[in-house]
Amino acid sequence: MNFTLKVWRQKPGEKGKLVTYDSKDISADASFLEMLDVVNERLIEAGQTPIAFDHDCREGICGMCGCVVNGFAHGHQSGTTLCQLHMREFKDGSVIYIEPWRSKAFPVIADLIVDRSAFDAIITAGGYISIRTGSAPDGNAIPISKDVADAAMDVAECIGCGACVAACPNASAMLFTSAKISQLALLPQGQPERMTRAQRMVRAMEDAGFGACTNHGECEAACPKEISMNNIARLNREFIGASVKK
Amino acid sequence: MKLDSKTPDGPIEKRWDDYKFRLKLVNPANKRKFKIIVVGSGLAGASASATLAELGYNVDCFFYQDSPRRAHSIAAQGGINAAKNYQSDGDSIHRLFYDTVKGGDYRARESNVYRLAQVSNNIIDQCVAQGVPFAREYGGNLANRSFGGAQVSRTFYARGQTGQQLLLGAYSALMAQVNAKKVQLHRRTEMLELVVAEGRARGIVTRNMVTGQIESHAADAVVLATGGYGNVFYLSTNAKGCNVTAAYRAYKKGAGFANPCYTQIHPTCIPVHGEYQSKLTLMSESLRNDGRIWVPKNKGDARVPTQIPENERDYYLERRYPSFGNLVPRDVASRAAKKVCDEGRGVGSTGLGVYLDFSDAVSRLGKDGVRERYGNLFHMYEKITAENPYKVPMRIFPAVHYTMGGLWVDYNLMTTIDGCFAIGEANFSDHGANRLGASALMQGLADGYFILPYTIGDYLATVGNNPLSRDDKHFVKSVEDANGKVSTLLGIKGERTPDSFHRELGKLLWDNCGMARSDESLKSALARIPQIKDEFWQNLKVPGNGRELNQTLEMAGRVADFIDFSEILVKDALARTESCGGHFRVESQTDENEAKRDDAQFSHAAVWEYKGEGSAPERHVEPLSFEYCKPSQRSYK
Ligand SMILES: Cc1cc2nc3c(=O)[nH]c(=O)nc-3n(C[C@H](O)[C@H](O)[C@H](O)COP(=O)(O)OP(=O)(O)OC[C@H]3O[C@@H](n4cnc5c(N)ncnc54)[C@H](O)[C@@H]3O)c2cc1C
Ligand code: FES
Repeated sequence: MNFTLKVWRQKPGEKGKLVTYDSKDISADASFLEMLDVVNERLIEAGQTPIAFDHDCREGICGMCGCVVNGFAHGHQSGTTLCQLHMREFKDGSVIYIEPWRSKAFPVIADLIVDRSAFDAIITAGGYISIRTGSAPDGNAIPISKDVADAAMDVAECIGCGACVAACPNASAMLFTSAKISQLALLPQGQPERMTRAQRMVRAMEDAGFGACTNHGECEAACPKEISMNNIARLNREFIGASVKK
Repeated sequence: MKLDSKTPDGPIEKRWDDYKFRLKLVNPANKRKFKIIVVGSGLAGASASATLAELGYNVDCFFYQDSPRRAHSIAAQGGINAAKNYQSDGDSIHRLFYDTVKGGDYRARESNVYRLAQVSNNIIDQCVAQGVPFAREYGGNLANRSFGGAQVSRTFYARGQTGQQLLLGAYSALMAQVNAKKVQLHRRTEMLELVVAEGRARGIVTRNMVTGQIESHAADAVVLATGGYGNVFYLSTNAKGCNVTAAYRAYKKGAGFANPCYTQIHPTCIPVHGEYQSKLTLMSESLRNDGRIWVPKNKGDARVPTQIPENERDYYLERRYPSFGNLVPRDVASRAAKKVCDEGRGVGSTGLGVYLDFSDAVSRLGKDGVRERYGNLFHMYEKITAENPYKVPMRIFPAVHYTMGGLWVDYNLMTTIDGCFAIGEANFSDHGANRLGASALMQGLADGYFILPYTIGDYLATVGNNPLSRDDKHFVKSVEDANGKVSTLLGIKGERTPDSFHRELGKLLWDNCGMARSDESLKSALARIPQIKDEFWQNLKVPGNGRELNQTLEMAGRVADFIDFSEILVKDALARTESCGGHFRVESQTDENEAKRDDAQFSHAAVWEYKGEGSAPERHVEPLSFEYCKPSQRSYK
């Protein structure tokens, strides 16, 4: 297959621009990142700087990869990370636009790589249950019904890739934040810190420069793990609950 | 090189407790004076960092990804073992211990393995308390499955994403300590050198992957939790960034490297399909609980699988191993697949594949029943191959997956360099020559949560708090070395990319030191590696400079270390003329083509010592003795 790529190139501290590359003789079975590998190998051989992009596991679980492809975070295929998107999903001969996540809270480092440490800051503010190593009771001491465990697992699947932020017109991080808050609010272990957790995490989210949620729903559509927007409603309840009790 | 394993004696059940009692303690007020460097934020590194910080130490944690949550532990699918015996099916600490020693083909230390089985139960408790959403039964108790050939159900799991959930648990504990200002994170930072002065580890030298800055960091102890070296084969189930650099640099500074030839080839991965391929994807081995593995009876049978009648199929694992069937251990299943493909009965366009068939499972459980168990795996398979496994059998083939070899450590998890510890997949400790499924997650967390935090205190209490200044000549020299290497790589200005060398090296190793290894194949690899190395240092091409983000430069540095490291891997395989676990020497097999150990000659760990550039490394041995698990020929018939 052959493609024309329009790729965002940006050096640290400089302004970026779209640059055109030919991407020829690509196997339909290659993943999107393998296609970029092929283009990069050719760029290096030609003495040019290859396109910088983030990736690691290449099996859709580490959350390291991700770009906006033809206007969609992680490309147009739903429920898929960029590393799991295959070239057979594209039309032969087509033009493909590749750009980094765009958000004030995710500054571009170079080309397609952005700084997502703001997500870590949100978790640092309260995305955990405080329990010292070695002080835990027996694993079966607190029964948890299968439904609750399954619901907690549904949200715990978040890979922290940032697609929700990239897709949101307001660059809001509500889906990401609400997924963690929901997981911990559902489980009995999460109850003691429940009230302050939502407040601390939402504050950290605002401090990091993420926008507000105005219910566009783009986040849910872009999420490669298909995490539901209902979690945002739960976050709001947790947050309001906490504010009232205070 | 002195190999004092420090393993305690006495009744095995009491060894760890007695030993812990004898370890020196650092008093709470003094802990905050010590700084510990942890390289790695996977299960081992994150759990160790969090626990050490909770105890009061100051921790600096380094990793090459942008967040600690992305370490490759995240990709583990199947589960984590523990000897809880919640199923009342006859499990016990002793049975987990015995299975692990036997599964490792009697090449691990009994004392270490027993300790691992003992602390396995605390791990589950800890993770549940952190909010890890393990699978549950309807009554609300934790669910288990049997995994990787175990005859009891001792594996805890969170759908097909157990590694992710355990890592997010450890990550949350880590971030709580970041919040408490006890841990400082160094993201997108790669360790390039270990700083050793007068035989003691004093710190590390790193490269900031965003700015290119080479920096040194001093500490009272250094913990390497940098994962396995499976990527030496280029294609593996590891993440693209997994590397041997940190461990290899420690080796060059005097850390013994144990059993580098013990590599695990996982039987159920998606087969290779093209030259551009960048990695291989594992299909969890839990699939073997319900899938049946077969190839056509006849060579070159090109019919689509559904057209091949029952009596012309060879369910070769069920035929050869009636009692374990499709659930034989990984090494056995992998070699059996290779054998049928070597016979010309492999499937798919390359002939390097076998079928994993769910049609019986679909009839028995219904499509929904199968989806409930394996839905996400089927989904992943279909995305990659564009084939629907509910309808046609999956095609699978073995791939490099895990490395049992690693830095040699004593009972304290300390390497042969004082103050340099190794935990998780980076060390060689508990799995012998073959790791059982769901035991790596257990070991990483055991090391990080429950073992290292005790043993490191003994070292710190002994040496006291007297860090070396970063102006010391040892630091200065290590920084110069790291800078020098970067300039050399950039200065070659040849024609070939780092990836092209990596592919070439990987193929050489896979062909000559992969699933089957012979005197001849190993010697031919040993002849070829120096040629690849020479060409690398003459004909490498790395664009850009070292003072900015430069992913080609990062790769080049890792490939350089893989090339050097591959030499000890192959030498180790050549020296060990027996077959054991994942290491199969064609010269050493039983009449039925099973791996044949040679306990008289090889009941030991082989430990390699670096002797300087251009000199042959020296092979040392740590003898192994078995008091509780008497070595027998493994049989899964
Ligand atoms: C696909 C797959 C599935 C698996 N499934 C299972 C399973 O079901 N059950 C099971 O028990 N085991 C499983 N395993 C094995 C298990 O996941 C690993 O052995 C284990 O997670 C390794 O953990 P670790 O902490 O030692 O290393 P990793 O998680 O690999 O972490 C390594 C860390 O070191 C850092 N690092 C590496 N090099 C450097 C450097 N030079 N400088 C700075 N930082 C560095 C990385 O950034 C990372 O943070 C699986 C493995 C794979 C690949
Ligand atoms: S590279 Fe890990 S999710 Fe894509």
